[in-house]
Amino acid sequence: MTDPLNNVHETVSAVYLSDSRRVLATLIRLLGDFDAAEEALHEAFRAALEQWPREGVPKSPRAWLVSTGRFKAIDAMRRRARFGALEEAGDADIAVIDTAAWADEESVEDDRLRLIFTCCHPALAPDAQIALTLREVCGLTTEEIARAFLTPAPTLAQRIVRAKGKIRDARIPYEVPARSDLPERLDAVLRVIYLVFNEGYAASSGATLTRHDVSAEAIRLGRLLVDLLPEPEAKGLLALMLLHDSRRAARTSASGELILLEEQDRALWNRDQIGEGIRLVEQALSSRRFGLYTIQAAIAAVHAEAPSADATDWAEIVGLYDALLGFDASPVIELNRAVALAMRDGPAAGLAIIDRILARGDLADYRLAHAARAELCRRLGRTADARGSFERALALTRQEPERRFLERRIAGLGG
Amino acid sequence: MGTSMKYLCLVYMEPQKLHAVPDSECAACGAGMRSRGVLIAAEALQPVDTATTVRVRNGRVSVTDGPFAETKEQLAGFYLIEAKDLNEAIQTAAKIPPAREGSVEVRPVRELNP
Repeated sequence: MTDPLNNVHETVSAVYLSDSRRVLATLIRLLGDFDAAEEALHEAFRAALEQWPREGVPKSPRAWLVSTGRFKAIDAMRRRARFGALEEAGDADIAVIDTAAWADEESVEDDRLRLIFTCCHPALAPDAQIALTLREVCGLTTEEIARAFLTPAPTLAQRIVRAKGKIRDARIPYEVPARSDLPERLDAVLRVIYLVFNEGYAASSGATLTRHDVSAEAIRLGRLLVDLLPEPEAKGLLALMLLHDSRRAARTSASGELILLEEQDRALWNRDQIGEGIRLVEQALSSRRFGLYTIQAAIAAVHAEAPSADATDWAEIVGLYDALLGFDASPVIELNRAVALAMRDGPAAGLAIIDRILARGDLADYRLAHAARAELCRRLGRTADARGSFERALALTRQEPERRFLERRIAGLGG
Repeated sequence: MGTSMKYLCLVYMEPQKLHAVPDSECAACGAGMRSRGVLIAAEALQPVDTATTVRVRNGRVSVTDGPFAETKEQLAGFYLIEAKDLNEAIQTAAKIPPAREGSVEVRPVRELNP
């Protein structure tokens, strides 16, 4: 296969995959507008397909694409300005981008961070942050995002258009936040990445339990963030995602049935992901500036290192949940701690805590609280109570595999 | 892009909290903003039961009592500020004392295209 034209086409495709998001991130900074930058990106790749076969692939394809895209955009602006009353505004914009020091390596690297922080700006609606991040940072198509989030494509497209409109009209700046704002703004970015991961890992409704592509995208995003900004919590989140994802092959049976952690075949766990996850947790913990994601990752790491459910260091896990409650006293964390405590001190101790949480009314409609209560009642031989709680959980679940799992549990209680 | 933008910061409060922030504090906040050159105008408003709504329909003026919609928080005042972008506007808005009791809506001003 020495057809040079074909080879160049392959090169352009490869460069698109590896570099189109970086080029876009820089073009947004240079042009000050998402739509103009997307158009310029398109034009630049179109020009590459035309010119690279004739003139050869440039030494630095990325720089070539940025400068070509920028040139095409200026050209388009000039053409538009010639038509209308926008002449003055057009010339002012062109002057700004002509003098921009765009090629500076440091600002180019920062462009991807600028893009991430802008897409996850708290002034945008949470839904819009997710959609915009997947579209602009990951390069997914609107249709792909719509499918992953079980949302009609026009709704999603509308969300993205509205978010871009707000960035432009309210002038959300294209910048990495100042040191003083960084912790809060980083939290927003981490939340978006984790929501994307969870959407893929445990779809909240629908027939399939894992939509792995979305989780893989979230892990890729997490990795990118750690590369660009190696903050402890960014590492903690990446670790958490890797450690959860490492169990993917073990958490469902061949027929798509849900398998609980304690019943999973641990030989199916992905050891590479576990190794990487544990290394990241250790780095984050040693920084002493870690938070919720790192502690959750540490809990997942304890599970990952245990040869079986019984041989798990439950005391360590209870201790980590105590630390977690120190950061965030949420009833869901209390519930998880109660389940770990049941493993350490026996089902009766765990059940007493869960009953207290439910009596407060906090998790009355949370299916997993009732499922956990049912499980502990079952272990204590309180069959009628177990049945009642399983049925309550069943009534609250919207997920097919979970429904079948609970039905099997109820059937397993016997007469 | 180097130019600054105007943002209107609308202060919303529950009626019973209207006096939760002392006037002196609001006055000091306004004076501080003015001396830093970010404030164009700021006023506190009388309670919403003093409001009158005016509409013109088919050339006729109609006047009714009160505001357009009943909400829990009501417009209590405004600051018209200048900022280079939304982040700067948010920083300024966060220093408005009633932000800790009620809420501040930050709206970019739209330039008219006559």
